[in-house]
Amino acid sequence: MNDIAWVATRKGLFELQRSGDQWRIARISFLGEPVSMVLPPVAGGPHAGRMMAALNLGHFGTKVHASDDRGASWNEVCTPVFPEQPSNAPGPAWKLVQIWSLDAAGPTVWAGTLPGGLFRSADYGQSWQLVRSLWDRPERAEWFGGGYDVPGIHSLCPHPHRHDELLLAVSCGGVWHSGDDAASWSLRCDGLRATYMPPERADDARIQDPHRVERCTAQPDVLWCQHHNGIWRSTDNARHWREITAPVSSFGFAVAAHPSDPATAWFVPAVADQCRVPKDGALVVNHTRDGGETFETQRSGLPAADCYDLVYRHGLAVAGDGRTLLMGSTGGGLWSTSDGGARWHALPQRLPPVYALRFG
Amino acid sequence: MARIVFTPQLRRFTDTPDVQTSALVLRQALEAAFAMNPRLRGYVLDDQQHLRANVVIFIDGERCDERRLLNKTLRPDSTVHVLQALSGG
Repeated sequence: MNDIAWVATRKGLFELQRSGDQWRIARISFLGEPVSMVLPPVAGGPHAGRMMAALNLGHFGTKVHASDDRGASWNEVCTPVFPEQPSNAPGPAWKLVQIWSLDAAGPTVWAGTLPGGLFRSADYGQSWQLVRSLWDRPERAEWFGGGYDVPGIHSLCPHPHRHDELLLAVSCGGVWHSGDDAASWSLRCDGLRATYMPPERADDARIQDPHRVERCTAQPDVLWCQHHNGIWRSTDNARHWREITAPVSSFGFAVAAHPSDPATAWFVPAVADQCRVPKDGALVVNHTRDGGETFETQRSGLPAADCYDLVYRHGLAVAGDGRTLLMGSTGGGLWSTSDGGARWHALPQRLPPVYALRFG
Repeated sequence: MARIVFTPQLRRFTDTPDVQTSALVLRQALEAAFAMNPRLRGYVLDDQQHLRANVVIFIDGERCDERRLLNKTLRPDSTVHVLQALSGG
């Protein structure tokens, strides 16, 4: 689906529809409420056509809503709940702070959360189960918050052909892989590096901060990682990672992986950790078509000066055609392209701060 | 009978029953409300059954600062207000 997109924002869920090169707001759901993540309508399987939205109500906590009619109407379903916390449990409180990622694979819906719990649902949100095999890993004691006070799972990468395989990423807690339907887990961080840690711990897999990981659907062994310390790519399903250097800056949060070309991806650079704005006030997109050997910095149609917007982890998305992209910012800016970024177009409206953006 | 009054803000999301209860402890009174609408629990209490960080309870006009045990005593004619704490933007 290349002509419909969903934008989860601080003040509601916006459905966008495209006509030619123009996108327009077709519907707004949950106006005024923070929507932290949206799961577009599922393409097939037992939950075909259903979609899900995660709200983060300021006073009343996280809530999950589902729709059977592509967002025309919504019903509240169950919210993941952590079990009773043992009195001696280390780490953050066992309290749901936010749903940071949602994805579907076969009959399963996965929810990645702050403070780092992975939940699964087999009945599209009528019930949720905490994945204890990950939650109880001793390495979790080393996790810490990145962007929020507590750790969180922001990237869920199901394998497109093997439904018992899931790869996920934690800020800050590394990249994790399961090949047995989440029964067991292993860290896959070989090659990642954390210079924000003492030198002797720079290679520690347990504290890596992958800001965002995306998989190439057509060649699922290829993964891209925008990390706190730069950009990495893997061609062996995250067993090894190779660092890539991008122009302007290798610091950023978002990455979009081309769905069928494993050598192509897009990134949105910011100055650095200590200055999270576009370099020289110019919003740009870094585009590689050769696996990160070289980059083209796209500027056409994007603000050239006095732009202080940041693009969050889920604020950049590419459609199934590999040419249509959308980008949303903390300042509520929204830009589209239908030619892979050769020319970007600004949506005339300003949206609320954009948390997540997905096609479907 | 003690009475529980929920903020009208909650009605946007779920039913807020008009609760009259013989309970003489705050948590028991809240449980009476949750029995009438189970979904209400998650709007008022968090995963560990503590009062949500941005919800505040007043008992007969006095703010309840104990937020974990919720074991404050009620009078038979107490009025409990469950409100949103002002926060955010």
